[in-house]
Amino acid sequence: MATTECTQVDVAVLGAGPSGMAAAIHAAEAGVDVALIDEHPQAGGAIWRGLANASGSRRQTLLRDYPDGGAMLDRLGAAKLRRIHAATVWEVTRDRVIFYSQAGVARQLAARRIILANGALERPMPFPGWTMPGVLTAGAAQIMLKTSGITPPGPVVMAGSGPLVLLVAAQLLEAGQPPEAIIDTTPRGNWKRALRHLPVQSSARQILAKGLKLKRDLRRAGIPVYRGATDLEALGDETVSGVRFRHRTHMTTLNCSTLLVHCGVVPNTQISRAIGLDHVWDETGQFWRPHVDDMQRSSVAGILIAGDGGGIAGAEAAVHSGRIAAMAALDGLADVSETAFDHERKALARHKAIRPFLDTFYAPAAEFQRPGNDTIVCRCEEVTAGQIRQLVRQGCHDPNAVKSLGRAGMGPCQGRYCGQTVSRLVAEVRNEPVSDVGYFRLRPPIKPVTLGELASLTPDEARNDG
Amino acid sequence: MELDATNTPKTVRLSFEGTAIEAPAGATVAAALLAADIIAFGTRPVSGLPRGAFCMMGTCFECMVEIDGIANRQACLETVQEGQNIRRMPPRIPTKGQGDGDD
Repeated sequence: MATTECTQVDVAVLGAGPSGMAAAIHAAEAGVDVALIDEHPQAGGAIWRGLANASGSRRQTLLRDYPDGGAMLDRLGAAKLRRIHAATVWEVTRDRVIFYSQAGVARQLAARRIILANGALERPMPFPGWTMPGVLTAGAAQIMLKTSGITPPGPVVMAGSGPLVLLVAAQLLEAGQPPEAIIDTTPRGNWKRALRHLPVQSSARQILAKGLKLKRDLRRAGIPVYRGATDLEALGDETVSGVRFRHRTHMTTLNCSTLLVHCGVVPNTQISRAIGLDHVWDETGQFWRPHVDDMQRSSVAGILIAGDGGGIAGAEAAVHSGRIAAMAALDGLADVSETAFDHERKALARHKAIRPFLDTFYAPAAEFQRPGNDTIVCRCEEVTAGQIRQLVRQGCHDPNAVKSLGRAGMGPCQGRYCGQTVSRLVAEVRNEPVSDVGYFRLRPPIKPVTLGELASLTPDEARNDG
Repeated sequence: MELDATNTPKTVRLSFEGTAIEAPAGATVAAALLAADIIAFGTRPVSGLPRGAFCMMGTCFECMVEIDGIANRQACLETVQEGQNIRRMPPRIPTKGQGDGDD
């Protein structure tokens, strides 16, 4: 029979991507009692997904793109800590109790410190037709490739902007199913604005060189790129059959069975919001992020933020912010080396140096930030931009009022794919900055939980675990 | 479609709406359905239009299916199992303006 009493640990790390793994390893190696909780069956996060159980040539391919992942997984395997996989966290309290479900049974875990390492999710990209089956995110295709070696049904067309578009296109090419075309929606004026942020550090130059090589590979493969495309629209009766867009002066239509879309990533703030941590609007990155100080501490004592969940900086930076968060978490629990701390801080700054350039260069197009009235914004409840604007004009002056009256953000995804757009639309109609408009107030459970799972929290000798 | 010819994984057999499909062991249910060209996983609650996998990382909840009789499973978070029985879920509410709704 499963027990449901509350387990106690020193440090609980939520999320087993690069930052969570780095934080958990660091804390465990310092000798404290650590639990690492993740929703997926294997550690690795989005970036090292599939690596833990890949073998043969797929492992080789994955390791070539993400060489650090292998060593990190080995080190995690050797570390003495509690690993809790395939666990869905649905509540975290301010006094640091974590509620999660695993195989249909709810459990709780109390921690002296919590490190949130929730990573990123793809920025909402509303455009006409984006709710049709067959429209997937670029990240979704990458996850399929990494975990299963499966490519989405072809012909595939990609649309949007950001480094991931290039990377996934190259990975599809290597998998033998290159995209038919890339519809590049990066606004034409972005590069000029980005130039002044052009970084000089060698680590940043390496990233730029990697991007240019990807572009070259795709050009050599003969994949057409429609630059500066606008007015993107997915076509189809029930599932996607094509895509239409404006390129230069005329409209172009391409056939496809899968349309992969992407316009950058944003921090996954679901848990940090539900706890009630302070959040700030990041104007450069165009996203909400939890407030963190230079030791990755949030606004609530004992809760720290690591990795992209605290602001987008990429996998390499995430490893360092993870270690910094672990060091800050260990304060009062174990000895922390000042030298090691300085080393991590410098490394983090180095990896972050390219962000202003990338964020400005790939700033998403206005049509995805403030979509047309007929475009669905809330996918779960099918609420359009026009309905939201109307609600704001009728007196819904903040996202929560829009949610209460218009149902936007009330579906199972709980605003993950509409929250940012709703904030923007309220800001647009009210002519206020997004930072003043705020965001949905999120309440637990942050993921759907069954009554059976809730009931399993009650100690009950008679309960039949099956 | 298989990426990896030199590292052929074991195949798992499952069914979707009673039709047999095959998938590489270790694949997620959502990836297995897409690999079998099954794109519509269910219907949207308001319009009744089809919905399908979108994010593949457990955040959008649009790939929810019934697996072995249990509703609301996120197909992108479940690993394929031999003999698994996958079904679309009935619509949450009947389609508006239609007396009998969808079934």
